[in-house]
Amino acid sequence: MEIIATRPKSLTKAQFTYCPGCTHGISHRLVAEAMDELDMRNKMMGVCPVGCSVLAYNFFDCDMAEAAHGRAPALATGMKRARPDMHVFTYQGDGDLLAIGTAEIVHAANRGEHFSVFFVNNAIYGMTGGQMAPTTLPGMKTSTSPYGRDEQDIGYPIRACELLATLEAPYYIERVSLLSPQHVLKAKKAVYKAMKFNKEERGFTFIEFVSTCPTNWGMEPMKAFEWAKENMLPFFKLGVFKDKSVEEEGK
Amino acid sequence: MAEKVLMKGNEAIAEAALRAGCRLYFAYPITPQSELIEYMSKMMPKVGGTFVQSESEIAAINMVYGASGCGKRVMTSSSSPGISLKQEGISYIAGASLPAVIVNVVRGGPGLGDIQPAQGDYFQATRGGGHGDYRTIVLAPSTVQEFADMAPLAFDLADKYRIAVLILSDGLIGQMMEPVEFQPAKTDEELEELGRQHESWCMYPNEDEPNHHHHIINSLELDPHVLSDLVLNLEKKYNEIEKNEIRFEEYNISPDNEIVCVAYGTAARITKSAIDELKKEGKSIGLIRPITLWPFPTEEIKKAVHNNVKKVLTLELSLGQMIEDVRLALEGKVPVEFIGRVGGLVFSPEEVKAKIEEIL
Ligand SMILES: Cc1ncc(C[n+]2csc(CCOP(=O)(O)OP(=O)(O)O)c2C)c(N)n1
Ligand code: SF4
Ligand SMILES: [Mg+2]
Repeated sequence: MEIIATRPKSLTKAQFTYCPGCTHGISHRLVAEAMDELDMRNKMMGVCPVGCSVLAYNFFDCDMAEAAHGRAPALATGMKRARPDMHVFTYQGDGDLLAIGTAEIVHAANRGEHFSVFFVNNAIYGMTGGQMAPTTLPGMKTSTSPYGRDEQDIGYPIRACELLATLEAPYYIERVSLLSPQHVLKAKKAVYKAMKFNKEERGFTFIEFVSTCPTNWGMEPMKAFEWAKENMLPFFKLGVFKDKSVEEEGK
Repeated sequence: MAEKVLMKGNEAIAEAALRAGCRLYFAYPITPQSELIEYMSKMMPKVGGTFVQSESEIAAINMVYGASGCGKRVMTSSSSPGISLKQEGISYIAGASLPAVIVNVVRGGPGLGDIQPAQGDYFQATRGGGHGDYRTIVLAPSTVQEFADMAPLAFDLADKYRIAVLILSDGLIGQMMEPVEFQPAKTDEELEELGRQHESWCMYPNEDEPNHHHHIINSLELDPHVLSDLVLNLEKKYNEIEKNEIRFEEYNISPDNEIVCVAYGTAARITKSAIDELKKEGKSIGLIRPITLWPFPTEEIKKAVHNNVKKVLTLELSLGQMIEDVRLALEGKVPVEFIGRVGGLVFSPEEVKAKIEEIL
């Protein structure tokens, strides 16, 4: 018998605590597979955020730190500076990274800190029960925008990749999605690339996953994928926003 | 013995921290502690350490959390408004039982206040300051020499108990120049040894099974019964610290004392001058100077205030904060008088002398 798929070594045996149909499980797996494939597990430290993935330290089988809401990039800075011989990643949601932790992510990126950020954009505050996020789409109803997000009143969603790509220091920035098997395969390549650059100490790498939250969007998982394709992808365009390796290796 | 050098308090504590093995320092500029961050920016690269000027005090304390999670000696510093921002991180550091050293060069408040010396952060420092049930060790220097000596002490205590140690200085001690003598710098071997002491819990390079470790630096525990046990364990640690780590100075304490003063830091320095003057006039006034503000020298104050003591005088550069601990220590045994200054003003030895004469 041939084994063609198995649990990545970089994931523990603990069962995920995410809702059925949630994409957090897929993004965890992609990160863990890259750690396996690049043989990074024994040199890896991860930081989990405050959000639905707050318990991710139980799932990734490497040393982990749990940050205060939004502070993961500051923790990661301290960790990488304390242990330059190790590798670091953070895993953060949209409220964590683009609301309470905006200063921390912008400045870590701007310093070109040598770690990878995996950013889960599900357009909502999942953990606290579906409130409006900085990435909630115009008109989208949430428990704190019950009449739909009014961009005239509260502003437009923030695009993390575009924002960070204006900075000089970041090495690699890409937005991928988890909305179909084809998208997941592309996402896997992007995660691998970011982790490889991380291993090679090239600089700050950032991957955004356009994700879903079926529970708080009030949709069946398959419906959530379709909804996200129709509504999120036009606003959050997929693609590479920065890749310094092209300049370095392209000649 | 090493020779003495004339140095500002802020620079002396920075130099002493480097000698104590601090190789990571994260901070944001603020007066009156800027000489400290400037000294670190200059000297840290020379010892092969890390200096980062962070985007905020919130980020700085969280960098401390990350570095401490790797078992390294790490420090941050600020002055009052910045220390308020650090409270979130200090609470998480307490919850995750991480060692850390934090220096507060206190200035006048509330709000933006001013940049003169003050002692208005006593409550914040000794009552935890952030959310949840926790303690930090609080050390209060009254000379530049003592400020410098507190760096190795703070790192040792932080490592021993896995706790945040706050050094509560003020604008006067930070800015003042005095001769200081430094303890010898830790050798590379000693630093390596220090690094190994935390391997049972900290993050460090891993191995495959069976020696694989999965260390988690964390303050989250959703099961109330488990969290209760964790907090009760913290309490055991705090009780141990209260038993072992109380530090204080007695000055002119004798059976003749009619008045015993209680003051810390800069206020204690000024009080000593007044006591010396009164001594020349044949008046016997004692002083208890708490060096650890938490744990507070409760029993020691009780003991110093013998039956001949008519009154206790608490002196602070605040509206009166430590006085609550003094009153708790004395349990109403004698009246506790108070002299204070706020807004960054400091009382003179003459004013203190006059106050003592008034209540004698
Ligand atoms: C200082 C602070 N403020 C608020 C909270 C409450 N809180 C927990 S998770 C969260 C939102 C998380 O949303 P997001 O980052 O998008 O992650 P998701 O759950 O969607 O994956 C909030 C507001 C907190 N834990 N700490
Ligand atoms: S609430 Fe949403 S983001 Fe959180 S686990 Fe459930 S589906 Fe996933
Ligand atoms: Mg979210």
